[in-house]
Amino acid sequence: MLFINIAGIALIALIVWWFWLYTPQQMKLGEGDLVIVVENGTYSPSRIKIPEGKPVELKFLRKDQSPCSETLLIPKLEISETLPSNKLKLIQIPALEPGEYDFHCQMQMYRGKIVAG
Amino acid sequence: MGVKTEDVRSRSIEELIIEGAGCASCVGKIENALKSVSGVENAEMNFAQRTVSVTGTANPSALVKAVERAGYSAKVATSESDGDALAEKEQADWAYYKRLMREMTVALSLGVPLMIYSLFVGEMTVTTATERVTWLVVGILTLGVLYFSGKHFFVGAWQSLKNHSANMDTLIALGTGTAWLYSMVVVLVPHLVPEMARHVYFEATAMIIGLINLGLALELKARGRTSEAIKRLIGLQAKTARVIRDDKQLDIAIEDVLEEDVVRVRPGEKIPVDGKVIEGSTTVDESMLTGEPMPVEKSVGDDVVAGTINKSGSFLFQATRVGKDTALAQIINMVKRAQNSKPPIGRLADIISAYFVPVVMIIAVISALAWLNFGPEPALAFAVVSATTVLIIACPCALGLATPMSVMVGVGKAAEAGVLIRNGEALQTASKVSAMILDKTGTITLGSPKVTDVLVASEYDEQTVLQLAATLESGSEHPLAQAIVESARERGIKTSKVSNFNAIAGHGVEAEVDGKSLLFGNEKLLRERQVELGNFVEKAQGLAAEAKTPMYFAVDNELAAIIAVADPIKDDSVAAIKRLQDNGVRVVMLTGDNRATAEAVAEKVGIKEFFAEVLPDEKSKKVQELQMEGEIVGMTGDGINDAPALAIANVGFAIGTGTDVAIESADITLMRGSLHGLADAVAVSKATLRNIKQNLFGAFIYNVAGIPFAAGVLYPFFGMLLSPVIAGAAMAFSSLTVVSNANRLRFFKAKKH
Repeated sequence: MLFINIAGIALIALIVWWFWLYTPQQMKLGEGDLVIVVENGTYSPSRIKIPEGKPVELKFLRKDQSPCSETLLIPKLEISETLPSNKLKLIQIPALEPGEYDFHCQMQMYRGKIVAG
Repeated sequence: MGVKTEDVRSRSIEELIIEGAGCASCVGKIENALKSVSGVENAEMNFAQRTVSVTGTANPSALVKAVERAGYSAKVATSESDGDALAEKEQADWAYYKRLMREMTVALSLGVPLMIYSLFVGEMTVTTATERVTWLVVGILTLGVLYFSGKHFFVGAWQSLKNHSANMDTLIALGTGTAWLYSMVVVLVPHLVPEMARHVYFEATAMIIGLINLGLALELKARGRTSEAIKRLIGLQAKTARVIRDDKQLDIAIEDVLEEDVVRVRPGEKIPVDGKVIEGSTTVDESMLTGEPMPVEKSVGDDVVAGTINKSGSFLFQATRVGKDTALAQIINMVKRAQNSKPPIGRLADIISAYFVPVVMIIAVISALAWLNFGPEPALAFAVVSATTVLIIACPCALGLATPMSVMVGVGKAAEAGVLIRNGEALQTASKVSAMILDKTGTITLGSPKVTDVLVASEYDEQTVLQLAATLESGSEHPLAQAIVESARERGIKTSKVSNFNAIAGHGVEAEVDGKSLLFGNEKLLRERQVELGNFVEKAQGLAAEAKTPMYFAVDNELAAIIAVADPIKDDSVAAIKRLQDNGVRVVMLTGDNRATAEAVAEKVGIKEFFAEVLPDEKSKKVQELQMEGEIVGMTGDGINDAPALAIANVGFAIGTGTDVAIESADITLMRGSLHGLADAVAVSKATLRNIKQNLFGAFIYNVAGIPFAAGVLYPFFGMLLSPVIAGAAMAFSSLTVVSNANRLRFFKAKKH
């Protein structure tokens, strides 16, 4: 029983670490042809590094059919766009101050970050 | 703009999406296949994304064919018109719907018989060897269901897990996966499980997958209805236009119409782009855009707007705005953006839903541990059931959908009534407006003064007085002066020549006409010039009390007449103001006019509070004064003169004229002149906010109450434990409930007038 409890607590710790504490790798804009693919409940890559103080263009491609993936929101930038299915969509990102800018789908189940700096 | 499509095609970048390319070596094959197409300059494939960018002059269908010849399939990924995108989206949604329904059918055709068996026939336990074999077969069938109907949950869960994120898929995959795995352990290695806990849950696995697919399918249908308003707007766009180029009449696609093209519109046709009438006259139905029911007369020089319908005459107009620049395109764009923006009320739900899934996973673990430590036998079975139920019942979707769905429908509904709401925040504040300031001129009144009375004082008759006055004023830009000129023109009076014209700022004008010296202005000016006014001062005061502006007219320093000008009140201002007041809004009028006129107008329209003689730059101060009193202030004005006041108010309402779509300083633009739009805006915001609150309340209660219930808190007291199947059904229908509740807003009716 003790073993089971320790395993359970370890599992909780793993959940906390995996979802909240771990910082995933980021992709730099400009490294190859960066397209953010929306598929199977995720944006990949989900962390996009962009230069600060320079407007850039992000390419999104939605391959996911679920209705929530259709809307892309970047609340801090007041950007809200509809991603057509299986078609590239270019999103203009204005010149940004250094910092992190979340983007997500309508229900926030799909999440990603733009990191400027 | 200004480039023909053929020219665009001459050199362009096409993006193709490739399907069926499984290995990196395909890249070269596909690129070479594309490069061999005549006109292709370069083709570069991004293997990771399965996309190719092709530059050159080749047409897209040739590119797709080339890829297909190489043994892969390809689709063109380019942006296109709203209408096409919409049609494509509907097709994709329909295909997705059919897939979900198919998956649901397969899952339920296994789940339902199993469930009937477990409820009415026998226990789903594993004791004998025959049972083991039977359940093994069922377990494999269930795995088939998981693969066919539930694959997308598992793939999604795995993808997001790799990405360190979690979503609805994660919960469903974990829940059904746990139930299935446990059951398989019971079947394959029963001795590892205490005898009492040897129970299988294949029926739960199949039922949950089936029900959730059904829920998703129904939600997809319901979602389609939430975007009706935008579909209707997109549907207003004409497909073709009849342009006249080189003296020839051509029917061309709307995308190909250029600025300055001359377009012919026949009766009953849609106006394809924005422009100015250059020949002919007609009436146009603009109700679909402005909500204004009366057709509007158009003649040479008037603006026409894309999407409106030509009623009576055939006319020619010159295109001024085409493509994405037309008022209709801008309205569509603005409504789309607003529909996707969130009012502050949704923020808490956003924060919660961001942490929701991992928290639920933790609760599931805690609940399992609690059962294992403190639960009765078979503790292991209880632990599995409660963990599964917790995972399944938690519904982040309902929480995430609560706000956006209502905003979507509410903003769309407002647009139908000719009310453009800039964003969710404006929507929320508009619902709370406690005081509404109305600018008098152009808001309550028509904003175009007319001559109402001519009281003749001397030997001159009305005709002569108007002729002289109109001649005198013909050089002036002042609105009152224009009213007099207009009035003379209506009566067919011709003006003559003016000399020595002199405007006396703030008082009036003087000049010489036909050798007579004319003076026109207020009481102060005439007294200064020592003109005898007699009992006309009282007559003037009488006129002022009727909300008219009286002006004195003297010829050769002798009073000739009083001419009164008034700005007529819009027909429906009284009713609309009453609607606002009935809603508990404190209505305040603001005007630069004198007190007497202001008082008279206020009384006519039923406003008790007003500020008169307010200079233009003082308007924003008045807004602040009301804010200091603790009011949430809405300011309504024309958007040009009132911009600072509109900006400083909690919500700025700009009264547009149907074509000035996005008035910068305003949070909400009313596309028709009627104040009913204002009452509609407030009413629709209130209804939307109420709807959001219902949704949020439902979603919160659902998750807050559902999760402990699923974890088994009721068991110690009542011996009750929720079945995972019920949890699956509840979860499947919770988002559907939210979407359906938001859809109720579609029945909101803007007041008919």
